[in-house]
Order: sequence, then C-alpha cells, then structure tokens
Amino acid sequence: MSTATSHAEEVHTHDHSHDHEHEHHELNFWTKYVFSTDHKTIAKQYLISGILWAFIGGSFSIIFRLQLGFPDMQLDWLRPILGEWIDEGGKLDKEFYLALVTMHGTIMVFFVLTAGLSGTFSNFLIPLQIGARDMASGFINMLSYWFFFLSSMIMFASLFLETGPASGGWVIYPPLSALPQAMPGSGLGMTMWLTSMTFFIISSLMGGINYICTVINLRTRGMTFTKMPLTIWSFFFTAVLGLLSFPVLLSAALLLIFDRSFGTSFYLSEIYIQGQALPNMGGSPILYQHLFWFLGHPEVYIVLLPALGMTSEIIATNSRKPIFGYRAMIGSMMGITVLAFIVWAHHMFVTGMNPFLGSVFMFLTLIIAVPSAVKAFNYITTLWRGNLIFTPAMLFSIGLVSLFISGGVTGIILGNSALDINLHDTYFVVAHFHLVMGAASFFGLMAGVYHWFPKMFGRMMNKTLGYIHFWFTFVGVYMVFFPMHYIGIAGFPRRYYSFTAVGNDGAAAFTDMNAFISIAAIITFTAQAIFAWNFFYSIFKGKLAPQNPWNSNTLEWTAPINPEHGNWVGEIPAVYRWPYDYSKPGAEQDFIPQNVPFSATKSSNLPEEEAEIAKEKDIDGLLGAQNESYNR
Amino acid sequence: MFYLIGLLSVIFFALAINVISKSIKLNKSLAREENTDSAVDSNNNANAYGMIIFWALGTIAGVWSFLVAQPDFLPIAASEHGLKTDSMFWISMAVVTLAFFASNTLLLYFAFKYRYNKNRKATFYPVNHKLELIWTVIPAIVMAILVFTGWRTWRDITSQAPSDAVVIEITGHQFGWYVRYAGVDDNQLGNYNYKLIDETNNIGIDFTDKHSFDDFTATELHLPKGKPVLLKIHAQDVLHSVYLPFHRVKMDAVPGMPTKFWFTPNMSTDEMRAKLGKKDFNFKLNCTEVCGRGHFGMAITVFVDEPEDYAKWCAEQKPFLATNPTYLAKVPDNLKSKASKYIPMEPVAVDSAAAPAEEAVSVN
Repeated sequence: MSTATSHAEEVHTHDHSHDHEHEHHELNFWTKYVFSTDHKTIAKQYLISGILWAFIGGSFSIIFRLQLGFPDMQLDWLRPILGEWIDEGGKLDKEFYLALVTMHGTIMVFFVLTAGLSGTFSNFLIPLQIGARDMASGFINMLSYWFFFLSSMIMFASLFLETGPASGGWVIYPPLSALPQAMPGSGLGMTMWLTSMTFFIISSLMGGINYICTVINLRTRGMTFTKMPLTIWSFFFTAVLGLLSFPVLLSAALLLIFDRSFGTSFYLSEIYIQGQALPNMGGSPILYQHLFWFLGHPEVYIVLLPALGMTSEIIATNSRKPIFGYRAMIGSMMGITVLAFIVWAHHMFVTGMNPFLGSVFMFLTLIIAVPSAVKAFNYITTLWRGNLIFTPAMLFSIGLVSLFISGGVTGIILGNSALDINLHDTYFVVAHFHLVMGAASFFGLMAGVYHWFPKMFGRMMNKTLGYIHFWFTFVGVYMVFFPMHYIGIAGFPRRYYSFTAVGNDGAAAFTDMNAFISIAAIITFTAQAIFAWNFFYSIFKGKLAPQNPWNSNTLEWTAPINPEHGNWVGEIPAVYRWPYDYSKPGAEQDFIPQNVPFSATKSSNLPEEEAEIAKEKDIDGLLGAQNESYNR
Repeated sequence: MFYLIGLLSVIFFALAINVISKSIKLNKSLAREENTDSAVDSNNNANAYGMIIFWALGTIAGVWSFLVAQPDFLPIAASEHGLKTDSMFWISMAVVTLAFFASNTLLLYFAFKYRYNKNRKATFYPVNHKLELIWTVIPAIVMAILVFTGWRTWRDITSQAPSDAVVIEITGHQFGWYVRYAGVDDNQLGNYNYKLIDETNNIGIDFTDKHSFDDFTATELHLPKGKPVLLKIHAQDVLHSVYLPFHRVKMDAVPGMPTKFWFTPNMSTDEMRAKLGKKDFNFKLNCTEVCGRGHFGMAITVFVDEPEDYAKWCAEQKPFLATNPTYLAKVPDNLKSKASKYIPMEPVAVDSAAAPAEEAVSVN
C-alpha cells in the first residue's frame, strides 16, 4: 500500500468523534440490506437489479434472433417457458415477436443502461469520489431505488399477461400504442408499461436531483469543480440531462394515458380501424414523437456519458498517465449535454415533419459529432506512450472506445437527412445504435464493475475469467453488429418477423448472414454467464482486496476497504490536486492521490503548482465548516 | 458462405482462448515471483497481443465480409434523386470508413505497443492545445462539407413537386396498401373522408367532389418512367411507412396528417430485370414503421412502365364509380349529370379484374 494514501488518514485524526455520533444506530437486516439509506447499498441494489434485467433483456434478443436467423426452426422446445406464444406450428407468435423486440429495447435502455449503469455508479461513486459521507438525501435516494423496484415489478408482471406485454416498439408510437384494437399488446400490457415508466421516471428524477445536489454541495474541502474526476463530471451531466428530459417523457406518457383511457385526442385523428371510424379529431401522432425523442435522444447520452466518464478514469489509471485534455473532456461532455437537447428530430426526418426542420436538425446533429470525435482522440492519445496494464476493466474500456468509434462514424451517415431516407428504420440503424450506445455503454458498465468491485465488496474478481469474458464479448459484439450494417444497406427493415415480403430473393441472400449473427449473439450472450459466475462467486469467495488495488488517485481508495455508512472513519480527506497525477516526473511513485498536498511533493511540483502550496492552509481551514455541515 | 464465416469465428475464438490460456500456463511460475499487490499480471502481454491479433483478423474479416455481402446490397437506384443519394452515401461511407479504420488502428496499435514494461515509465503528457485544436477543426470541416452537400440534396428532394407530376394516393392500413389514381380525365384526386369508409369504398372517396368521379383504384402501384410522381400518403389506423427500397423513397403514413414524397423513377421494371438478369424481378413497396402483427408482410408490387405503357394501363382501368354505380346516390344533384357519364348504361356484373382494391395483401 502506498504511503501517500495513508498520509491523509494520519494528518486528520484529531477531532472527529463528534461528527459521527448520529451514524451509530444498530442496523437490522431490513435497514442494512433492504431499506437502506446508504448510497453504497443502494448502488449494489441497482447493480444487481440491473444484472438480472440484463439477462432477461438479453434472453429476449436471443429468442427473436432464433426467429430471424433460423426462420424454419421448430421452437416447440421453448413451449415450457413461452407456452402459447409458440403457436401450433412450433413457430414464434408474430405478435409476441414484436413484444420481445419491444421489451428488449425497454429493458435494455431503461432498466439496464439507465438504472443499472447510472443508478449504480452515480450512487456508488459520487459520495466516495467527491468526499461525502452520503448523498444529499439518503432517504430520497432509498425512495429512488424502491420506485425503480416497483416499476421493475410492474414491467416484469406485464410479461405474463395473456394479451402480452407492450408490443409497439420501445418508442411506443401512437396510434398503435393508443388503440387496444390495433394489437393485443396495446391493451393491459401497454397500460402496465405506461404505469411502470411513470414510476421509473419518478425514480430517475429523485436520483438525478440527489446526484446534482450532492455534487454541488457536498464536495470535500479543496475539491473544486476542476479537481473533480471525469466520472463525477459525467454523472453530473447525466443527471442534468435526465432531470430536464425525463419530465418531457412523463408528459408524453400522461397524454397517451389520457388518449387511451379518458377519450382525449392528443395523438389521435381521423382513425378508421376494425370497421369503425373513431370520433377523435385534431390530434397529432407527430406531437408524441417530438415529446418522446426530446427525452429519447438525451437518453442516448444518459446511458453513454457515465460509461465515457468511467472509461476516462479507468484508462488514465491503467495507462499510468494523466487523461489527455482533462478540460477538453469536460468541455466536450458539456457540449454533448447541451447539443443533446437540440438534435432529437433527427429520429424523425421521414415522419412527415416539415423538411425545413429536417435541415435544421441535420446541421445540429452533425455538430454533436465534433465533441464526440474529440473524446475519442483524447482517449487514444491517453494510451500513447503510456504503460498499459490490461486489467479486465481496462480491456473493457479500450473495447468501449473502439465500439464508440465504430458505431459513432455511421451516425455521420444517418444524421444526414438525405441519406437517412433510405436507411431510416433499417438494420443499418439497428447496427449503429447497438454499437455506439448499447454495446459501448454495456462495456462501460462492465468496466465499472470490474474496476470498482473491490471497493463495493472488499474482494477481487477473478482476472483470468475477466479476460476470457472480455474477449468473447468484444469479438462477439463485433460479429453480431458489424454484418448487420450490410443487411441495412441491402434495405432490410427492422422489426420484421421475417423477410419473406422483401421480395426478389432478398431474404435468401442474407439467410447465412442472419444465421451467423444469431449464432454470434448466442455465443456472446452465453459468455455473460462467465461474468455472472465470477461476479456472484467473488462477492463471497473472492480474494480479499487490498486498500488501493489499481494504484489509483481518486478519493474512494482512501476510505476503508469495507467502508461503513459514512464512508470514512475520522475526517473526510481534503483534496489538493487533480486526480490524474500519474507518472509525474520527479515523483517517488507513479501516482499521487488527490489528498496528497503539494507541500509533500516538492520534487514533482510543476512551477505553477508551487503557488498552490499557499492555498493549502485555506483548504485545511475549511474542516470546521465541513464537519459543521454534517452536524446540522 | 455461412460455413466459412462460422469456421472463421470458431478459429477466432479458439485463438483468443488459446493465447490467454497458454500464457497463463507458461507464466504461472513467473506470477508467483511478482509482487502480489501489483495490478500487472502475467497475462498482460497476452492481452496486448490479443489487441493486435484482433486488429489483423478484424481487418481481414471486415474486408472479406464486405466483398461477400456487396453483391446482395440494393442495386443501383431506380430514381433520379436516388442516384445522388447513393453516390453521396458511398462517398460518406468512404470518409467514415477511413476515420473508423484509422482511429481503431491507432487505438489497438497503441494498446499493443505501450503494454506494460516495468523498465519504462509512462510519459506525463496531460495536454496539448494545438493537437486538440487540430482534431476539433478537422472533423468540423469534414462534417461541414458532408452536411452542406447533404443539405442541398435534401432541399432538392423535399422541394415542391413539379406541377405536371403524376399524382397517386397511397393509403396504409392494417395490413396493406390502397392505391388510388387521379384518373385519366382531370389528373386530380378527389377528396376523401375517413367517415365515408365502408366495405366497398375502403378509401373513403368523397363523391361530393367532382374530381373523384374519374378516380380509379388498384392493388398494385404503376409508375411512369421518367416522369415526376407525387405520392400523397395517408394512413387509416396506425402509423405506416411507405418504403420503395429501389427508388430510395421513404415517408411515414400518418393518420390525420397527409404526407407526401415526389420522385422520378428512371428505370422501368423491364430495364431493371435486364440489368440484373432476373426475369421475375419486381420493385416492391414495403412498410417500415411497425404497425402490428402483419407489419412484415405489408407489401405490394410496383411496376415502372414506359410512359406510353403507363398511359395505356391507366386507360384500361375503370373508375371506381363505373364499377360501383350505387355510389352515384352520394353525388349531389347538381353534379349528377357529370358523374353519370362514368356509369355504364346497362348495369353490368362487376368485372372481377377491375374490382375495387380489396386488401392488397393479407398476411394473417
């Protein structure tokens, strides 16, 4: 263990008895593990829920990949699980196919990559990395998880409805989602989807408010905004995005609920269905699409930014190099955050929206590619002349950057409205967003789990299994989504049960490739079992973790290996420097944690940092005020 | 092809596992000597080599799979704007493939080259404003060029249709398309109203509008080659989307909000058949907005005819009013005389060939 890490603990051992008194409650099983207000426990609750959801959502994709890859396959053997959803001919029911596609999207986007990723790591890392004892409101934080749990349960229950869960695609465009007579999934399944999402949004908002308040108010002394790790910046921007955009989804959902249940016509107009002309007039389905994508596009960055933030941290640590262009990274994330709100209509170029609006959104969309490109280049430059340690977390981070680039570049094509005409709603889009947002964010999630597992559970995960897991997943993801571009260029629309109507032997031309994609998907999915075993086994039986397993600079590694509620025994460490002093010339070690003052590292200080020494007294002087804030 | 790819994937996986497991065995003894607290383990080099192997095999697989898949891509566009968007697509594709290849190469090569070496120290290199400026400005310029050309094309495609455009109405419903033509006499579509829909008049043609009288319906889409065609698009129940893959045309059909798309087909069905060497080739109109259980089968056949053939075909079609004379009752009195010239003198049995379009394709 480093001497530098323990430094802060030695310095501040005085006067800490009073600020902890209120922490010493006796916790029973329920208050410790279930209705806990400890951000670390809540983070673990989110993580384990997210992992379970990921397996459910992933298995759905395997079932519909069987249909797409092997359209002639007899699926009778699935009847014990799917029951009547396998029809008499041994085929997947056509409506259930759409239900699977819908639930796969909903689960993965919201329950896995929003709750499982942001919920886990924002909760876990914000207090630990900024030096806070807990979230601004532990109680609201607990409520946030339990609203998410309620939402999960409702969504899960909807899977077992006789009429099936929501089936109109994860975007649930009305009128399909508004009219129960249009498809069975638009009946009770859609009602439960909307109810579930309402609770989910409430959960997200409570989480987001907490993250923002905590980052702004509870930073330890010396932790200025420009000394925050990029993880915290990314969680902060993510929370801002969610706070501003999720309410819009709620309004979209509410209006849809009104249309479905109370006879309003927000989205419905001039509809003739099942031999009946409906009385609704004057509504606009396009209105729903605007509202939906006002969340839907920021949502892409809600799932991606935390992954990028964690990757920045992991790549810097394991390259033993400062992240290249720290301020440019913050700037580009800020740019992405702002631009994320004004690009939504690029999902709607051919929906009948005014083409002039299409032009505007095309310009705005392609601007957002610039900060994204800057981020990718900065990651690559961080690797340059580093001394790379390939921990499983590092491997997944490099994988993320690769997937982020590979999926990102096709965004330049799709963001061009003239080119989008032909590619919209084809497999080209599916390949694009699965790489850039699905797989990249998933890799971020995995990187985060491997990297912070020792802090979460006080034990190490098995590295060799981690390597095998990575290589299977990395190769597998490319094998699934790279060929998918070809199918898109060949004009195959998405959400098709089969390609029989594409005509001219189009389906036959890609039979092999579809089968290949399905096999690759099955292998990739199966490989996740390696992770699951490693994860759950290591919680109980993993090797005990050292204090700072990756020799990292951030504050969480100064807390005890198994932190109690309150995180630090004694004073919270002060912060004197940025988190990326790796391999600094003149330093004794190749890392200098954030809580080491410049006065202790005279040999490695840069000229401008000498001036910082004078400020250390001021930082130390804030201790009283900081303790005061916890005793109010 | 499938077996080839399968084989490749198996080799790929086997290689990855092999490299890892071998190095574990070889270095087990070394591992014991290492500082157990260090994050670097004996597999570090194996993972670094994995990166470069992945790069090499990935490049081969990428190029090879592209060459294999290419013959099955959509053939050359069969519309004027499609030719433009196609060439723009492939130019953009070349640019982004270059960016994709270059940045992934650097990423994986650096990962390999700068793998951990205990005798080396990482370079403390936190910032370089010039570099950052360069890679902010270059993507911005490339993007600006792509956007600008894209915008000009988009502007042309979505401009007002020429006044002489042939107007055809397409109505999406669960699960098929109704096609209505403006008729040979006035080239103007009559009004419609969803409340007038019944089992025969399944589009809801409004016969109080005199332009409706000569309108005829069909179960397939006929387009004249070389003439601008304006599709007026409706939906009756839920969202649908008109997709003519070969013409690079796509536009949603929205209940309550008419949409439109105009384009000029430049290749007849026969010409495309000759070009592809497929005698049974036909253009298709598919649905690309999920609309329910029959979504995937919601297709009709599209014929692009030489203009004279198209005119001939149109002339052969009987107006809706001619095949369904009972709808004369819906025509207001002052227009009855105008309408009745489309009514055959003797009420004839409905000719099945010219029957009004029933569900174009039924897929249940």
